[in-house]
Order: sequence, then C-alpha cells, then structure tokens
Amino acid sequence: MKNTKNKMMALIMAAAVMTAAFTGCKSTPKDSDVKAGVETAIQSSPTATNVTVSVDQGIATLTGQVPDQGSKDSLEKTAAAVAGVKSVINNLTITPATPVSVSMDDPLAAAVKDATKDYPTVTGTVADGVISLKGEIQKANLQKLMMTLQALKPKKVETAGLTVK
Amino acid sequence: MALQEKYKELIDAANTAGVGNLSVREQDGVLYIDGTTNGTVKQQLWDTYERLDPNYASGDLVMNINSVAGVVEGAQLKVTTNSSNLNIRKGPSTNDEIVGKAARHEVVTLVSKENDQWWVVKTADGEQGYAYTQYLTPIG
Repeated sequence: MKNTKNKMMALIMAAAVMTAAFTGCKSTPKDSDVKAGVETAIQSSPTATNVTVSVDQGIATLTGQVPDQGSKDSLEKTAAAVAGVKSVINNLTITPATPVSVSMDDPLAAAVKDATKDYPTVTGTVADGVISLKGEIQKANLQKLMMTLQALKPKKVETAGLTVK
Repeated sequence: MALQEKYKELIDAANTAGVGNLSVREQDGVLYIDGTTNGTVKQQLWDTYERLDPNYASGDLVMNINSVAGVVEGAQLKVTTNSSNLNIRKGPSTNDEIVGKAARHEVVTLVSKENDQWWVVKTADGEQGYAYTQYLTPIG
C-alpha cells in the first residue's frame, strides 16, 4: 500500500514537472522569433518602412516614423496580434509625409502663383514679403490682378518689371 | 504723411462711403488701407487708386478692401470668369487636382471659406471642391 502511494506521488510529480516544462516552453517563445513574426506581420503595411521592432520578454517595442495616427494605431494592432507578443510599447512618432515649410514667404509665393495663373505672361516672385511682378499684362486685367495681389497682405507690390500694354 | 496726402482723395472716399473697420497706416514708405465694404464701393475705390497712381507703378500703397466678408455659408455665388469654366479643385491651391468645373455664369453654393482666396463651393450637380474667390460674385 505504501509502495503504491509512493509510485502515485512519483507519477504526479513527474507529470507536474513535464506539464510545467511543456507550458513554460509554449508561453515563452524566443524573443528573436517573436521579433521576426512582428516584422513579417507589419511588412505588408506601406507605412512601416521606417519602423523598427525590438522584443524583450514578449514585450514588443515599435520605434520609428509613420505619416499619421491611423498608421500608428494599426501597426500597434498588427503587432499585438502576433503570437508571443504579450504587450506593445508604441513609440512611433508621427511625421507628415511632406515637411511643413517654415518660411513666411512660401504661403505668399503659393498665393501669388495662384493669382497669376490666368495671366501666363506675368510672373510674380516673393522676397521678404514683397511681390515683384515681371512680364506683360493687358491694361484691362491689371486692376483685377492688383486687387487680388494686394489682398494677400504683402509688404508691397513692385511693378517696375511689368509692362502694361 | 506724404503718402496720406497723395492718396487723400482715396482715403476721403473710403471714409465717405462708410467702409467698415477702415484702417489707414503708413510704414516704411508704404501706405496700407484695409477695410470691408460692398462690391460697388470697392470698385470705385480701386478706380480712384488707379487714377491717382496710374498702372499702380509707385508700389507705395497696398489696398485690401474686402467686399465678400459678409457672405455667409449657403450663399448663392455666380461664376464670373472672363470666358472659361471655373475649376473646382480638391484642395485650396492651383496645384491641387481638378475635381469638377462650373460654367461661366453658373450659380454655385458657398459651403465654407478656407481663406480669402479659396472657398469650398457646391454646384447644382453636387460637385464640391475649392474654387478661387476672384471668380465668384455673390448674388443679391
């Protein structure tokens, strides 16, 4: 009877050890495998080109730049769904695709371009807030153009290079 | 002060016409006249400006008289291009793609104002996008 009890105990203990080893192995895949899994998963996203992945004990960290909040959220979701990922630290930063211009002359120059578009013989350049016109214009069109340009809040409008026909 | 003398007739006309928020100031050799009024007064002031400074050659005045400040969303606007159709664009710039066109003298509806140059308009056919305000004239 005592012998049987000991055998039973040994069996239970062996089973317990095996179970622990088995589940332990299953719940902690290698970080390097998880990293590869996340990289494969996010690869299909065109916005993931500047994203790097690191994994430490199942915690995946995303770093790099994406163009918008939607990409940031969707990449986090994709990474979280990969087997072996316990949680995701989302360190992605949002950088708009086109760098934002800092020069004050740029919006004015763009507005001048729009305003002179219908007068192909006129070119307008902008420097320090001053619009300089060059080329030729029909007298009938000059007032309309000046109305538009002076409403753009320039410092002044130079017409020295403009010939009025 | 010299510039205010040169353009005295213009400043007086703006005052007489009751131009709203009229501001006249001189800085670094340029006179700035700003204000809001209707289309008729704006045209009269610009004709006076052109007479006092033929071909706007001096470059010593920047006049920004807004005649469309009071135009509100839902207003009807007539397309007043010289001859061609008015482009309706995806964004507020001539770099933006054309998404529709409005014929000359067609009437469109103001949806919203992006800035003084670009408004979002909607045509009777339901085409919506950005149009250049210079070619839109409020009706009524």
